Amino acid sequence: MDKFTVLNGLVVPLDRANVDTDQIIPKQYLASIKRTGFAQGLFAEWRKDPQFVLNQPRYKGATILLGRKNFGCGSSREHAPWALIDYGFRCVIAPSFADIFFTNSFKNGFLPVVLTESEVDRLFHECNAFAGFRLVVDLERQTVASTDQSLSMRFDIDPFRKYCLLNGLDEIGLTLRHAQKISEFEARRKAQHPWYF
Amino acid sequence: MPQTLYDKLWDSHLVHTEDDGTALLYIDRHLVHEVTSAQAYEGLRTAGRKPWRVESVVATADHNTPTTNWDEGLAGVRDPFARLQIETLDANMREFGAKVYFPYLDKRQGIVHVIGPEQGATLPGMTVVCGDSHTSTHGAFACLAHGIGTSEVEHVLATQCLVTKKMKNMRINVEGPLARGVTAKDVVLAIIGRIGTAGGTGYAVEFAGSTIRALSMEGRMTVCNMAIEAGARAGMVAADEVTFEYLKGRKFAPKGAEWDHAVAYWRTLKSDPDAKFDREVTLDAREIRPHVTWGTSPEMVVAVDDAVPDPDKEKDSQRREGMERALEYMGLKPRTPITDIRIDKVFIGSCTNSRIEDLRAAASVVKGRRVASSVKLALVVPGSGLVKEQAEREGLDRVFRDAGFEWREPGCSMCLGMNPDRLSAGERCASTSNRNFEGRQGPGGRTHLVSPVMAAAAAIAGHFVDIRRWS
Repeated sequence: MDKFTVLNGLVVPLDRANVDTDQIIPKQYLASIKRTGFAQGLFAEWRKDPQFVLNQPRYKGATILLGRKNFGCGSSREHAPWALIDYGFRCVIAPSFADIFFTNSFKNGFLPVVLTESEVDRLFHECNAFAGFRLVVDLERQTVASTDQSLSMRFDIDPFRKYCLLNGLDEIGLTLRHAQKISEFEARRKAQHPWYF
Repeated sequence: MPQTLYDKLWDSHLVHTEDDGTALLYIDRHLVHEVTSAQAYEGLRTAGRKPWRVESVVATADHNTPTTNWDEGLAGVRDPFARLQIETLDANMREFGAKVYFPYLDKRQGIVHVIGPEQGATLPGMTVVCGDSHTSTHGAFACLAHGIGTSEVEHVLATQCLVTKKMKNMRINVEGPLARGVTAKDVVLAIIGRIGTAGGTGYAVEFAGSTIRALSMEGRMTVCNMAIEAGARAGMVAADEVTFEYLKGRKFAPKGAEWDHAVAYWRTLKSDPDAKFDREVTLDAREIRPHVTWGTSPEMVVAVDDAVPDPDKEKDSQRREGMERALEYMGLKPRTPITDIRIDKVFIGSCTNSRIEDLRAAASVVKGRRVASSVKLALVVPGSGLVKEQAEREGLDRVFRDAGFEWREPGCSMCLGMNPDRLSAGERCASTSNRNFEGRQGPGGRTHLVSPVMAAAAAIAGHFVDIRRWS
């Protein structure tokens, strides 16, 4: 997994609530057995509209997506963060996320940042008002700030997830450090409830 | 300390906890399908890892499989990418193994959330995961069951554990009798309408109350299935006699003395009387009417005798814009009575509503009638080969066919349109599935979520009708 430390990136605003993973990557783009190659599927239906934000030249090269509440709801498809990453995004900022999308993101070195509704409102305003609006996302310090530091917001993150992202760690390897414990648990369970095995 | 059902399930699977609460949770049952597993097996192969316990894996191909052309074998899968996913699953099963695998064309193949319970591979007290968000379905058996992403699929294969954190507890109580024609689907749509599509985010939801207790296992599965549409990864119902009765004698359910031991344990799988929930919601079942979604999120739902809502009456600007966008996509005008909405297609199927009880209910509505001439296609897609077989034994296939429905092979089909069963742009569908997102059933397609009896009645009438007035 790629490390995530500090990201200084152009921000693209997607002003819709409840963006579901069927929109992030429609099912006609899921027909692959690889983890890459999903960029063209990203928001494929919405991108047919020339006015859609991702089609606007001012947002070309953006790496930070700004969203509204309940971002990533619906299907568990991990193709959603894969498509965002393939397109060039490394971070999405929103007031809330659906649980499965949120979890999937961390597994791929992709950072979902939760800010308050009013903080997100403020960022939408800045983004719309100033072409080329960039943010600096600093995972170590847990801050989202404008490049001139005039705006700075703090976000929360689970210490374990932060540690894995900062170091780009393979979670399976980490879990297998507890292999002995898992085996013992399994043996106890099998003795007590053999019908599950 | 009194515990909720979720607390009990959590505690009984806890292998390890980090200081920040991140936990390793042991997984009993891992359901695998063709669309979200290929990359996970590839990851194992690349890292030189082996599955921890292949006996936990139950696999099938369901998401992209055609519901026609089965007589042509694999050649009947016209989409080369779909065929590649099916063949890749076949190859991964040969290489890595499973407790049981129902490949494409097997007569026991079907939607993964239908076949798990049907085979007795879903048992009370289990943790169940699958790379599919509707895994919440299995919570109907007092399981902790939820959807996971592909990286987690790989993690569970390699370690038999999930890295996760404990969710909060919510209980949704539904009390009282349901009116005639009002079903489990209407109950869960009413719940989603009440708490919203993100209302359950961060929670494990227990569905309780006399209405839930009175539901069959099929009905409880329908309710738990759509917990995710209210944002809750896991929905669950306490185990009781209905649960045991359903499971007894099924292929992978325990037998003999082991069955008795299991049932004795399963009887403890309910919330203690004084258990504390972080949030409780109560609905009066007598007030629940047949529901129809009008928009592009399952929370955009009203009763059949209501009208399409008017965005101008919505004060919250973000919500108003969402409603306006949804109405434009759906091609609907505010204040249109729901029963005036005409439909082009009907889909009866999906992990929400494709079980035998659903098909019986729908068949009872269409029996002796004809699908309206304005309806281009009315599809019935049984949830599994065994459901199909059972329905055919009961003559339900004839009832549907005689009425003008197509009777198809099992699979996820038009719920997500990864196979050839899709809506064309602008087509409007009465669907028993679970998501009315933009393009879900086909690019530009318009989905209205309803119960099987409501879908069946809409097929006959050509528009939505209030099933309570159906004679």
